[in-house]
Amino acid sequence: MRTILTIIQKEFIQIFRNKTMLPIIFIVPVVQLLVLVYAANLEMKSIDLVVIDNDISSVSSKLISKFKGSPFFKVRSSISLKDAENEMKKEDADVIMLIPQNFEKKLITENASEIQLLFNAINGTTASISNVYCRMIISGFNQDIILNSGNLYPELATFETINIENSYWYNPKLDYKIYMSSGILVILVTVISMFLSGINLVREKEIGTIEQINVTPIKKYHFIIGKLIPFLIIALFELAFGLVIAKLVFSLPILGSLWLLFGVAAIFLITTLGLGLFMSTIAQTQQQVMFIAFFFMLVFILMSGIFTPTESMPDWAQKVNYINPIAWFMRVIRMILLKGSGFAQIKKEILILTVYGISVLSMAVWRYRKTS
Amino acid sequence: MSEYSVIISNISKSYGDVSAVKNISVNIKKGELFGLIGPDGGGKTTLIRILTTLLKTDTGNATVEGFDILKEYKKIRQIIGYMPGRFSLYQDLTVEENLSFFASVFGTTIEKNYALIKDIYSHIEPFKKRKAGDLSGGMKQKLALSCALIHKPKVLFLDEPTTGVDAVSRKEFWEMLKNLQQYQITIIVSTPYMDEAGLCDRVALMQQGKILSIDSPLNISKQFNKTLFSVKTENKFKLLTDLRNYENMNSVNAFGQYIHYTDLSNSNETNKLEEYLKVKNHTVIKIKKINPTIEDCFIELMKQ
Repeated sequence: MRTILTIIQKEFIQIFRNKTMLPIIFIVPVVQLLVLVYAANLEMKSIDLVVIDNDISSVSSKLISKFKGSPFFKVRSSISLKDAENEMKKEDADVIMLIPQNFEKKLITENASEIQLLFNAINGTTASISNVYCRMIISGFNQDIILNSGNLYPELATFETINIENSYWYNPKLDYKIYMSSGILVILVTVISMFLSGINLVREKEIGTIEQINVTPIKKYHFIIGKLIPFLIIALFELAFGLVIAKLVFSLPILGSLWLLFGVAAIFLITTLGLGLFMSTIAQTQQQVMFIAFFFMLVFILMSGIFTPTESMPDWAQKVNYINPIAWFMRVIRMILLKGSGFAQIKKEILILTVYGISVLSMAVWRYRKTS
Repeated sequence: MSEYSVIISNISKSYGDVSAVKNISVNIKKGELFGLIGPDGGGKTTLIRILTTLLKTDTGNATVEGFDILKEYKKIRQIIGYMPGRFSLYQDLTVEENLSFFASVFGTTIEKNYALIKDIYSHIEPFKKRKAGDLSGGMKQKLALSCALIHKPKVLFLDEPTTGVDAVSRKEFWEMLKNLQQYQITIIVSTPYMDEAGLCDRVALMQQGKILSIDSPLNISKQFNKTLFSVKTENKFKLLTDLRNYENMNSVNAFGQYIHYTDLSNSNETNKLEEYLKVKNHTVIKIKKINPTIEDCFIELMKQ
């Protein structure tokens, strides 16, 4: 026990003496939260729409004014399709809407008419979101026509229109910042814990201090635990610091128990810290650890459901996610913070994270050899 | 209790195809200052790493203070001090922090064993608030030695402790080692410097993983059975080639400004050699019979 305390004390002296460490601990969370949450914006606010109105009728101008009235579109008109296409080539247009001649006439005589929508699908997500927005406006427009044409076509006016009222639970205003910032918190503690612990042990190898440690009576588990606890404390501090920023800047709701959150975080951190230590038992240099950690981190983070829900991933990806600790913790943190879930609701996640923590850590202890 | 501190029997170790240590057996007495002398790649470091339980042997076994290096390595780690060839203390911790860290890792304190390290530590104590990384080479070495001694080890292993240290510090360092012998600590030290061999109680000359000879420095020198001359003329390089082409030549080796020479006749006669050198246009010829050093013996042994 005294040995562990000695090692912990030594680690803390070294961490706080390192001039680059303190800025990392305090600046990284602020920058990550502020920059990433604002930058990784999933809302579409200014879709550039170019309209070619070949009909120039009252119906077509009504349709255009519908788009103009929407906060999502910036509407410009163009004379020819060619001009509009050129604009799209220059990335000045996201959507082109072509209203053909006789649009109004057809609508009245044939009871149906068509328009053409062209999407710039360089970014598939943008294109599909623009598509949804366009469809919403057009279908709204459709309904208006049907209702207004009641006096012309009485049989149509008898249609019952179904009004759908949406209510978004746990995030009533659909504020993506709440969703994002809770995810970024997970990334934050993962990065800090995995990189720091990984680099730390391999540094002892690189500098050669491990050689001196290995001939001492320090036991394997003393050493690993002594290395783990300082980073666990720092990572939990990071989480607290990040939560405060998210609360102040984005009014992140904290509905569940903070004790539960930090408890689960500690279990999760044992996994990531253990992974970091495990990597450093395999690698010989800090550079190698950086690359290995970066690889895992990228895969784990992108698959964790920070940007896109894991449920919409293909079947195999969802299976892969079973071994992705970040995905589990991402779920838990959102459940606790946004839904106020209690222990009973996240039992499964806690169990899985615990199994991970124990197995990864024992792997690290097993791999760490004092004798070559 | 046996009189031996370290007993090595038939140890071999290879890295892949390269065998670093070949079937070595040595017994080292308690309280002895034992030197492992030999060129780089001779197997000195490997042998020390095996004895400090950092490496496992392929075959053979050894005991340190009666403990088996394979089965009782945990006990060995309690009683040995080790100073690796590379400075292996925490550069970002201060002198004092390093020392107290290693003290408490061994379950002791600086105060308890201060007497043992006093002579060494007092040199660096004025700088105890300085980071170890900011110390000079000689001071780093003293700190490393202090840390290796802080738990009062029974056996002290030093791997090339004087490599890269200036001549004055080297001399000082050896005096410290000599002083430590009064505490009955067995000291095993490796060095590539032949002049340091003379300071050990016994030395083992190692080359290519084998021990060529084990004895006291004096006895090793006595093994040299040829008459040795030190030769000097104004043109050293020409002298070297001319001596090598001399008909009676047995060995020619450069030693600093001088050339050490033995010939086949093994007599004390120098006239013939002097004649030969005069014919070869050498001037200021100095030929002197000298006593062989360890280095002469080592070179001789290496040839066999």
